[in-house]
Amino acid sequence: MPTPILNVDQLTKTYEGGFTALDAVSLEIMEGEILALLGPNGAGKTTLISAICGIVQPTSGRVTVGGFDTQSQYRGARDLIGLVPQEINLEPFEKVINTVRFSRGLFGKPRDDAKIEQILRQLSLWDKKDNAIRELSGGMKRRVLIAKALSHEPRVLFLDEPTAGVDVELRRDMWEIVRELSDSGVTIILTTHYIEEAEAMADRVGVINKGQILLVEEKAALMARMGQKELRIDLNKKIDAIPEELSDRDVELSDDGQRLTYRYDTRAERTGIVRLLSALQAAGLSVADVETKQSSLEEIFVGLVQDQEKGVAP
Amino acid sequence: MNLQAVRAIYVFEMARTFRTIAQSIISPVLSTSLYFIVFGTAIGSRIQQVEGVSYGAFIVPGLIMLTVLTQSISNASFGIYFPKFIGTIYELLSAPASFLEITAGYVLAAATKSFMIGLIILLTAFFFVDLQILHPIWMLTFLVLTCLSFSLFGFIIGIWAQNFEQLQLIPLLAVTPLVFLGGAFYSITMLPEGWQAVSLFNPVVYLVSGFRWSFFGQADVALVWSIMAILGFTGACILTIGWIFKTGWRIRA
Repeated sequence: MPTPILNVDQLTKTYEGGFTALDAVSLEIMEGEILALLGPNGAGKTTLISAICGIVQPTSGRVTVGGFDTQSQYRGARDLIGLVPQEINLEPFEKVINTVRFSRGLFGKPRDDAKIEQILRQLSLWDKKDNAIRELSGGMKRRVLIAKALSHEPRVLFLDEPTAGVDVELRRDMWEIVRELSDSGVTIILTTHYIEEAEAMADRVGVINKGQILLVEEKAALMARMGQKELRIDLNKKIDAIPEELSDRDVELSDDGQRLTYRYDTRAERTGIVRLLSALQAAGLSVADVETKQSSLEEIFVGLVQDQEKGVAP
Repeated sequence: MNLQAVRAIYVFEMARTFRTIAQSIISPVLSTSLYFIVFGTAIGSRIQQVEGVSYGAFIVPGLIMLTVLTQSISNASFGIYFPKFIGTIYELLSAPASFLEITAGYVLAAATKSFMIGLIILLTAFFFVDLQILHPIWMLTFLVLTCLSFSLFGFIIGIWAQNFEQLQLIPLLAVTPLVFLGGAFYSITMLPEGWQAVSLFNPVVYLVSGFRWSFFGQADVALVWSIMAILGFTGACILTIGWIFKTGWRIRA
């Protein structure tokens, strides 16, 4: 049974103007997992990370990392955390290796050139170690941010939108890096508004909107639980309208008159598939092909956010 | 105590100093040499002596103070403003380091740089004038304390500033006039009585006076006042910085 390495309890942040960026957020993160925090822009993802890491002062609530309270035992807590910010915040004139060494020292670790070399090699930055940061490409700069965050050998790594504004190839590159880090035992919390990213990488997915965590669940379970499925039936002969036998079913006819689409909920007691197929037979329709399609995380996510706006519990 | 953090910041900041060695060292030396030429040679040839000291030598402590004050403020204010400006401050805030350690790293680096510049200007002065230092230990003590206290002050300005204009505002509008009117180039006893009394409200008078005493054994105000002034100023800066980090003013949302 994995143990939580990070515990967020009723964390709230209200800014001076009265805006509540985090509204009693509670979250447990297990050692070694990859958690993706999914939410639209302005949902509170960055504020949550900032409040855990010490950049934003929480209004109330408590956070512990490895058992250390982030307020009263901040040294112990921050020793365990590495943060890769969303913006590329780097000293443009500094050499890559010096800025990574600086980060290690700042986090209280003695100089260790072998460790720095290992990190830079892992991130394919070793060849660029003596380059000034301004000479690097955008993707390389992001790797430098990761190297800085890893320099003090953290157990928990926060990646705030690691692939925002990054092209497709680099994004896949970044996913690869994250997987390797996870394999080396680092717990990873990443924020993203790309569903594809959460779907590709995460063990668990948390959905956040308007400062509230809407749900946190195993990715596979989430998709199974929330999943709508579609049954697509291709007909041998074109029809002009949905036959009477099918009129009381939730069926749509495609514009070309050759495909019927039926939506059903995998959680429902009865999916209605058998009855639909009998009705097809009764209507005398001949079926050429049948396929089913699971709804994507994106559709689930949009559904959840819409429910919250309407005030429906997930 | 995270001494590694202090060391890391210190080394990083000093590396910046040595990377920009030309503008760090040469420009203050050049501008001071110009002061020597204009004030020491051109004006000094007409003033001859002030309180038994040749005018050229008399202005040396004031010139060192002028440069050390402005350098300490600009080094320390830039040191902490730059991470705010480019966003790297996130790393300082999320590090397991206390305000004391972060401040110590930046302030010690800024003070070291201005101390070096102070000494270089002193060496330069020997090329222009005959100079004696009656109390060298006191001279160094005053120099070190001034570098430290004004670097602390600069650190506060760097946190307060929200743009580059504000970063320049206090050094330009307050510090430079206070130094010029603080007896850097004259003894305040040369002023009419009314202005002498006004001058006593200028904290820089106490610094320049104490520093000049360590060279020539003469002071505008009693030595004890000079020491109290600089210690009081240092204490006020430390308290302000303590409050800033406690409340997160202008650094932590």
